[in-house]
Amino acid sequence: MRKIIIFNFLFVFVICFQSAVFAQDHGHEGHDHSTHENHDHSTDDHSTHSVTADSHDNHGAEAHGDSHHGHSEVICGVEVDHSFEVGKTAMHHIGDANVYSIGPLQLPLPVIAYSNDGGLDIFSTSKFKADLLGHGDGHAAYNGYVLHEGSLKRVAPGQNFPNGEVKIAGFVPKEEIDAKGKKKEVMYVCDFNELYKIENKSTADAGLFGGGITSFYDFSPTKNVVSMILVTLFLGFVFRRVAKSYKAREGKEPKGLQSFMETFVVFIRDEVAKPFLGNKWEKYFSLLLAIFFFILGLNLFGQIPFFGGSNVTGNLAVTMVLAIIAFLVTNISGNGHYWKHLLAAPGVPWFVKPILIPVEIMGIFIKPLTLMLRLFANITAGHIVLVVFVSLIFIFGDSGQNVGGALGASVGSTLLTLFMMAIELIVALVQAFVFTILTASYIGAATEEVEHH
Amino acid sequence: MLYLLEFSPIKPDIGLILWTTIIFLLFWGMLGKFAFGPIKDALKKRDMDIKSALDKAAEAKSQITNLEAEHKALLAKAQEDRANVLKEANETKASIIDEAKKKAKAETDRLLNNAMLEIENQKKKALTEVKNQVGSMAIEIAEKVIKKELAADKNQQAFVSQLVDDIKLN
Repeated sequence: MRKIIIFNFLFVFVICFQSAVFAQDHGHEGHDHSTHENHDHSTDDHSTHSVTADSHDNHGAEAHGDSHHGHSEVICGVEVDHSFEVGKTAMHHIGDANVYSIGPLQLPLPVIAYSNDGGLDIFSTSKFKADLLGHGDGHAAYNGYVLHEGSLKRVAPGQNFPNGEVKIAGFVPKEEIDAKGKKKEVMYVCDFNELYKIENKSTADAGLFGGGITSFYDFSPTKNVVSMILVTLFLGFVFRRVAKSYKAREGKEPKGLQSFMETFVVFIRDEVAKPFLGNKWEKYFSLLLAIFFFILGLNLFGQIPFFGGSNVTGNLAVTMVLAIIAFLVTNISGNGHYWKHLLAAPGVPWFVKPILIPVEIMGIFIKPLTLMLRLFANITAGHIVLVVFVSLIFIFGDSGQNVGGALGASVGSTLLTLFMMAIELIVALVQAFVFTILTASYIGAATEEVEHH
Repeated sequence: MLYLLEFSPIKPDIGLILWTTIIFLLFWGMLGKFAFGPIKDALKKRDMDIKSALDKAAEAKSQITNLEAEHKALLAKAQEDRANVLKEANETKASIIDEAKKKAKAETDRLLNNAMLEIENQKKKALTEVKNQVGSMAIEIAEKVIKKELAADKNQQAFVSQLVDDIKLN
């Protein structure tokens, strides 16, 4: 009953807050984005084109696609289509980036990259000469690194690409068939002469999701990292103040910020920590609070329009780290009773044991895996839906060809986005809560003391 | 041209894993030590304070109830005492008045008796005196008469004195 009342309260609060803040912002965003997009796709292409034409005549035969569908240009003799695609835009927006975007502004971030053949490189993404108001495509390469759609990529080794700063004309995607006979998109960079194959950064998915180890590792503080630092610093500041006011107002009632945060802290204590962890709740309380506020803070931070819109908790790397920490804490604090039940399954008929014990052992890994995927999927899905709703403006606006369509769609898009953002705020709270309560239940199951009957 | 979508968030970036680990562990460690721990302790202390305050209040309440009962008993007793005292005082008063009345009456009676006796005595005394005076006056008169008429008449003198004796003043 109490939970329902709390959720109802939060729901109403969230809706009111949403309507107040985003009704304004969103109308603005729709408008802003459509004009920005127009600018981007016409002016930007022209400038690239003029540079191309000026310096290298062999790329001069450039045609601006047909007048209706999208814009295309010819880079290194290949026609590249720049027309608006929802899926691509969505993927670009939910991904991590090596630039920090505030609205259409692309702020440079530091790059710390390591490659086996080139060693350690530390520089700023401003070296890539990307447009300040662009979509994060660099106009220069630096030490073999390039900035493509806001993310750091590197010219694959063995192509004799010069070190230092090199002007580039653009990026060319090509469809190739890999060793296994699968179709694959390979990105090339054109330095006004030749095409060079570029590679993504190394990822830890072992090729499962199309990534894997490549020629370089990116340790840069990316957009997600910067968001995490901002959020944790903010939370640190808030909780330090709260802790101080507990000290200053000892023996008095909570007040202001202290009383606001206390609602959450007491909620986690009474609804999560105590019911699941029993008398051992104090030992794990700071972990539960850290998980809850870390996820909640980042979920909400990702909802702020124009301010990066970072999809941090919707990134598998982040949820993986959180799940691994939950996994480690659970299994390190697991007591004899837990391991005995897991590995010996006492009281179970002998013929069930060969099935049950492997299932139980798989369970140890599946539990954090579900934690990881649930948070990732929920937040990423929310971000994708938001981007798609905003994209309706460009779809109906026919990439800037149809102003009436764009205007009409912006009204619908604003309403849909408003609705989605309200839901996303609930999702932000619910997912933070679910991750915390499940972590608590796993730890609780591992540390439970059961008197033997 | 077909663009295959690059779904980058599902590919865990090694750098991001590293940064997240560092940031989260720092966040957990620092806030656990400087914020969550103290907040937890403060909340616990406050809960205990509230509990002990409530216990104390309950204790004080029961004490007050006891005191009230005692107070009531005392009051009742005092009232009873007062009634008794009043009653006794009334009784004493009545008896004193009675006694006084009795005493006064006795005294009055005594005084009256004394006065009567005195009056009687004085009356007797006065009568005796009057008798004596009247006798002596009569004797004087008789003497003169007799002296004049019966100068040496002894028989008559004896008779007269016998007569005088016979006159009794009643």
